Amino acid sequence: MPKLTVDGIEVEVPAGATVLQACELAGKEVPRFCYHERLSIAGNCRMCLVEVKPGPPKPQASCALPAAEGQEVRTDSPLVKKAREGVMEFLLINHPLDCPICDQGGECDLQDQSVAYGRGRTRYTENKRAVTEKYMGPIIKTAMTRCIHCTRCVRFAEEVAGTDEIGALYRGENMQITSYLEAAVKSELSGNVIDLCPVGALTSKPYAFEARPWELTKTSGICVMDAVGTNIRIDARGPAVLRVLPRVNDDVNEEWASDKTRYAPLGLSKRRLDKPYVRRAGKLEAASWAEAFAAVKTGLSDLSGNQIGAVAGELLDVESMVALKDLMKSLGSDRFECRTDGMALPGGGAGAYRFNTGIAGIEDADVVLLVGANPRWDAPLVNTRLRKAVVKKGAKVFNVGPEVDLTYPVTQLGDGAVLGKLPKAAADALKSATRPAIIVGAAALTRGDAPAILAALGKIARAAKIGAEGFNVLHTAASRVGGLDIGFTHDGGIAEVLGSGLKALIVHGADEIDTNLEGVFKVYIGHHGDLGARGADVILPSASFAEKDGTYVNMEGRVQRSYRAVFAPGDAREDWAILRALSEVLGSKLPYDSFAALRARIAAEWPHLAEEGIAPASGEIDFGTGGDFDAAPIGRFIHDFYLTNAVARASEVMQDCSATLLHGAPALEAAE
Amino acid sequence: MSHAASATPEQHHAFDGFDWTPENAKRVKVILARYPEVRKQSAVMPLLDLAQRQVGAQTKTQGWLPIPVIEFIAGLLGMPYIRVLEVATFYTMYNLAPVGRHHVQVCGTTPCMLRGSDDVMKACKDKGLAKGHTTADGLFTLTEVECMGTCANAPMVQINDDNYEDLDYASMTRILEELAAGKAPKTGPQIDRQNSAPVGEQTSLKEYMA
Repeated sequence: MPKLTVDGIEVEVPAGATVLQACELAGKEVPRFCYHERLSIAGNCRMCLVEVKPGPPKPQASCALPAAEGQEVRTDSPLVKKAREGVMEFLLINHPLDCPICDQGGECDLQDQSVAYGRGRTRYTENKRAVTEKYMGPIIKTAMTRCIHCTRCVRFAEEVAGTDEIGALYRGENMQITSYLEAAVKSELSGNVIDLCPVGALTSKPYAFEARPWELTKTSGICVMDAVGTNIRIDARGPAVLRVLPRVNDDVNEEWASDKTRYAPLGLSKRRLDKPYVRRAGKLEAASWAEAFAAVKTGLSDLSGNQIGAVAGELLDVESMVALKDLMKSLGSDRFECRTDGMALPGGGAGAYRFNTGIAGIEDADVVLLVGANPRWDAPLVNTRLRKAVVKKGAKVFNVGPEVDLTYPVTQLGDGAVLGKLPKAAADALKSATRPAIIVGAAALTRGDAPAILAALGKIARAAKIGAEGFNVLHTAASRVGGLDIGFTHDGGIAEVLGSGLKALIVHGADEIDTNLEGVFKVYIGHHGDLGARGADVILPSASFAEKDGTYVNMEGRVQRSYRAVFAPGDAREDWAILRALSEVLGSKLPYDSFAALRARIAAEWPHLAEEGIAPASGEIDFGTGGDFDAAPIGRFIHDFYLTNAVARASEVMQDCSATLLHGAPALEAAE
Repeated sequence: MSHAASATPEQHHAFDGFDWTPENAKRVKVILARYPEVRKQSAVMPLLDLAQRQVGAQTKTQGWLPIPVIEFIAGLLGMPYIRVLEVATFYTMYNLAPVGRHHVQVCGTTPCMLRGSDDVMKACKDKGLAKGHTTADGLFTLTEVECMGTCANAPMVQINDDNYEDLDYASMTRILEELAAGKAPKTGPQIDRQNSAPVGEQTSLKEYMA
């Protein structure tokens, strides 16, 4: 624990800290471009120069200098001021003065720091360097003349994303940042380089020339594109969500977000259901809310109890599902299910369906067994953690299921049946591990032989003495753990809910399964005209995740709150309000008149949902007695990363990503 | 280098399926044996050089590094393509486009310039060489380079693996003519001096002379 002084302030820093970190601890701002807390140290921008004694009589790059006992650091001396002005002047030599037409304007590190630390005027009269534009795919817009060669994007691609696609070619003044052969960057995390870029060299293509940062209303939200529960900031202007950025949460997403988190929400303004529809003579016609409710009432008349079913989709908040469950109960039905994909889970408490090791905790795992999971697509930000475990800490990963490129070395074991008798190397590794983890994915749990897989996992866990803390279900649906927490489930699963005896079905935002059943009256509550709305007899337009307050429970069981960024378009209403109004028409009024009352009702039955964070879960897991393995190989659960839900499918950026990055369509040149 | 002529896709594709010749395959084994298995990426520079020489031997030129060759070496060393491309583009000794049979690299940095590199450059131009281009007969490619560390014998050029030093217009012209005629001109200083020893007789430390 070296002690040193920064501008006369004494600080004690952890061993291995840098001088820059010591300065921050002392509350001193040190300007920087290339240094980033979550990337390796490059030390090539030279902006963080400080004066350090003892040492050579010249300013030193604080980001790459280890803090040592007794150092005297000055960040406020004339020498430092002059050094910063000099570095700034060099950086600006080749940087164009195009801030008025640059998308980074207003949130640009170079702009801010040149105001704070620059000389204010230039002495440079020569020609500036120009660099040709580079194509980097549908998400990253480039203006490489603005690049200051900090190499943050290169380090991110190599270290965090694990896809070495970006590099620095040539040298000296000719140095250029580019992707290999100017191909599209294929990483599902590529959008993060836009945030990392301290200048306007890499900006967001879909957001190009849309808005200035000071025009935007910024709202805290939770991403519903996967079950990670990425903390996001929704930037909106008027009724439109213009972009989504990650918020820092070290327990969940660090400060990254997947491309789907960032750009799927652009689909919120497309294909929206903005007024109620009623099917008359085989055709859907726009209707008023009163007409739509009346049509539901007619459709449900003479039906009772379990003739009415309900399914909850993947993007729902807890409040919406509770309201739907309450409505179903009041109608006398327990025929409702949130596991639309037919996922089988072990019995027991909440620990039986959670990602118990935790998203941050999986970094410390030393042996990981993946079963039917493709974390790179199922949950990209869990994959970055696994990558850290493997690359930085030397963890071993074994995979059962189809072979996938997870960006780190994985030992392929084979298919489901191999779980019956694990190869000796894997079994021994699990046994001798100090923090082993089993991650079972939707591809395995949605199969007919899921009971056999679970029973085999139970045996493996017992043999290797892996408790609940090492058992993880890798969910893909944002609503799933919340739905399981509130018991939005049916004993026979989705097959029985949609099975015989069903006369009417309320489909609440479930777009991933076919809910058009012969002779069944179908009510669709949702926000996008997608698969679920097709064939509906009544459509009730609801609010998307950005248009309502809501509680989401991520795969670890972490309760997080999201807030309304914009209002739902047209006549669309918040889900709970729709269900509350509908219940009155159906003659079984739900007992809450406000969102606060609904939350109070939830808190009364499930106290853990009233507080943000992870509530402890019972560690008891019943893996069942098993069954026979199916010979068919385990497939992939997600077939197209970019188009996994109705919002993403409506987003033109996601369609473009899917076409160019996954299906090899030729990239379209912008018409400019 | 970025300002040099770039290769066409056809020129790159001509090297699809590149593999070592039997002699070079033996050399590769020797090169790889210098580094521990987990650090075999360290072999990237000698292997790029070897590959460039093999391409040169195949095309009877000084060789260059087509994309399929870069990817072949990346595959051999388990490196991402971009990392090998970074190395190949960083060092000017790796050619990114085809060059002629003789790669004439004229130093134009200050010591050489003061000692007459403009004359050397003019000799090249008068023989039909142009900066960044290969002559029509495929014999010469001219590149102006920065300091090659032979300042004591300025001005100098490097042609292929050899240095020619203490040049002037006449000696440079003669060297180019001899190369064009398929002869091997004398390398090193083109005036009466040994290596970088003083011209003529010794000029200092005379008291130590026998």
